[in-house]
Amino acid sequence: MKVLAGVNTNYEGRIIYKGEEIAARSVEEQRERGVSIIFQEMNLLKNLTVAENMFLGRQPVTRTGMIDWKKMNRDARRLLDSIHSDISEKALVSSLSVGQMQMVEIAKALSFESSIIIMDEPTSALTEKEVQALFDIIGKLKQDNVAIVYISHRLEEIMKIGDRLTIFRDGKYIATVNVADITMDQMVSMMVGREMTDYYPKVNVASGEKLLEVKHMKQGKRLKNLSFYARGGEITGFYGLMGAGRTELMRAVFGADSYDSGEIYIKGKRQYMKSCEQAKRLGLALLTEDRKNQGLILEFDLNRNISLANMDTAMTAFGFDGIKENENNQRLADAMNVKTPSLKQKAKNLSGGNQQKVVICKWLNADADIIIFDEPTRGIDVGAKAEIYKIMNQLKEQGKAVIMVSSELTECMGVSDRIYVMHEGEMTGIIEGEDMKHITEELIVGFATGTKKTKGVNDHDSEKED
Amino acid sequence: MTAKKKIDLSNMTSVIALLALCVIISIAEPAFRTVGNMINILQQVTVIAVIALGVNIVIFTGGIDISVGSMVGFTGIVMGKIIVEQGMSPVIGVAAALVIGVLCGTFNGIMIAKFKLQPMIATLAMMSMARGAALTLADGQTITGYSDGFRWIGVGEIGGTKIPVQILFMLLFYILVFYLMRYRKFGRYIYSIGGNEEATRLSGINVDKYKIMAYSISGLGAAIASVILVAKLNSAQSTAGLDYEMDAIASCVIGGTSLLGGFGSVWGTFVGAVIMIVIRNGLNLLNVSSNLQKLVIGVVILLAVLADSVRHRTDK
Repeated sequence: MKVLAGVNTNYEGRIIYKGEEIAARSVEEQRERGVSIIFQEMNLLKNLTVAENMFLGRQPVTRTGMIDWKKMNRDARRLLDSIHSDISEKALVSSLSVGQMQMVEIAKALSFESSIIIMDEPTSALTEKEVQALFDIIGKLKQDNVAIVYISHRLEEIMKIGDRLTIFRDGKYIATVNVADITMDQMVSMMVGREMTDYYPKVNVASGEKLLEVKHMKQGKRLKNLSFYARGGEITGFYGLMGAGRTELMRAVFGADSYDSGEIYIKGKRQYMKSCEQAKRLGLALLTEDRKNQGLILEFDLNRNISLANMDTAMTAFGFDGIKENENNQRLADAMNVKTPSLKQKAKNLSGGNQQKVVICKWLNADADIIIFDEPTRGIDVGAKAEIYKIMNQLKEQGKAVIMVSSELTECMGVSDRIYVMHEGEMTGIIEGEDMKHITEELIVGFATGTKKTKGVNDHDSEKED
Repeated sequence: MTAKKKIDLSNMTSVIALLALCVIISIAEPAFRTVGNMINILQQVTVIAVIALGVNIVIFTGGIDISVGSMVGFTGIVMGKIIVEQGMSPVIGVAAALVIGVLCGTFNGIMIAKFKLQPMIATLAMMSMARGAALTLADGQTITGYSDGFRWIGVGEIGGTKIPVQILFMLLFYILVFYLMRYRKFGRYIYSIGGNEEATRLSGINVDKYKIMAYSISGLGAAIASVILVAKLNSAQSTAGLDYEMDAIASCVIGGTSLLGGFGSVWGTFVGAVIMIVIRNGLNLLNVSSNLQKLVIGVVILLAVLADSVRHRTDK
């Protein structure tokens, strides 16, 4: 897709566009032709307004050559309205949520009046409502005779909006089929190259003790009196929409951000979390949502990345030992099934799924026993996803407490033993025990949108508050 | 290609550049080849090489330290006051200089790590403060008259040979830093901070502590250089070390350190410093004015940075 959009200009093969062969030499050129792309990673300038971003480099000008702000803002408004977005065209991009930024990107692509729009995982950061709005737009574009290339890991979406489907695996073409002729299971098996009988395998392990317990966590307007616990031998799921405060909660627990008040108990002992260093010493691990910027040092090799959280496994009496490091890390990488020619490979050269496994290796090397996964499967392919679930189950079997923050409903329901649901900084639902057996999507979404609340979620909190 | 191999490669390019430079200057001016001149070059290298290594640790973290030149002046004056005016033992004087260097560096580090000041601004302030303190303390005086024992640090020769003793001090500092960078956690953390500070912090590393240590070592380097300089010149001046920060940073860059942080080598710094001095020495022998020398050095720095940038681009 990067080739088509003119980002990677070094390619072999031929591109046939509207019946004739073309050479994709630059993004601008492709855009002129009517091919635009919306990348998974945002390409917006944060210090500019929405309208400025949409018309960057082609701002309308008045006769005197000044930027015609009125026209620019008006046009931006019209485009945003056309996708039913209530984002202000004058808002700074830095003030928007990730989901809103995605909407701006889509509006921007529309402004080019393209005949082909490529969307790379456009919904990975959108709320249900925004996704629905996007699907409506796609339907409208289809009627206007625009071709949409929609790249997604979310199979439900493909089933919903796709007409024709092409499957790739590891850079190879697998098949092109009509969506109407295929089931989701068939899709999955084509993607992983083998039949996947159980997409979310669940392992039953006797629950251990409460390894982590958090009470009355408060942080400004983001976290409003949150309490939860996680047991060893369990996967504790956290579901919620974007901005529900799940990431903020985990960061506070891990000592990455400060909090106003609250109690954290690790293995029953009260701890005052002041730094990530302290959290690590206590056996906590946080696998951040943003692997590339917060989890890995992309320019460094895998050895350095794996050893980062605990170098003691590579030290001898005389100091650091590269051979010992490599041996130890290789063992971890093999256990996690990291696919790489060598640990000397730079982290940036790995696929998203393998990068995630490297981050897991890093924390296993540090002997963590309370492991927080923040959106562990975002942006990784189905095969790697299944492996991540397997790893989480292995950790569970080893008696570790696994916490998984997820925005994917089916994943959260399929993998977790207990589920907390958050809405705008509040805990709105807890599903555990018997309730897990008759859990429904509607129920969880009800909690996540704040329309429902589990009885007694905050009861023990309010007593103390009053 | 791995990070380690890349560093080796960049090392080799600077070593090759150095050898080529020596050959060219030798042909243009045969006096360059004499033993006397070689030792002369080594003597000039030590001070800059020691300062550059300290600064380089800071650059590895993605920071910068432009206060080292002023710290050379300040620590030198303090040492001179103690040894000459107070008549105390040179040991106390040297110890005081080193401690003050480390403290100034630590102050820089605290400002940058804890108070989140831009490294350039924090060390710019220190640059002015340290120079101001040196000028005030010295009050226009040059402090001269040191014992032979102390002067041995700067002018002594290793028994029977003509090799200057100061080289030994420099080597000692280099070996110590090399050990720290290559064989202790310290080094890994320093490079990691430069590679991705946030990821390093979230890996449970006390980033602030290591950043402060980097600036402390930079201050220590400046103080060691100051001791050598005062012993060599037999005088402490408030203006000593003027512009040395620029030479130090240039040495790092010429030696293959990326100013973005995360990459660079200890011995590359040394090679970078030698290249700087060799160019200067060669131009001196060829009777090129010092004004024009500045221009030439500027071009060399530009080339080194360009080479680094090209290397990073092809790597992608």
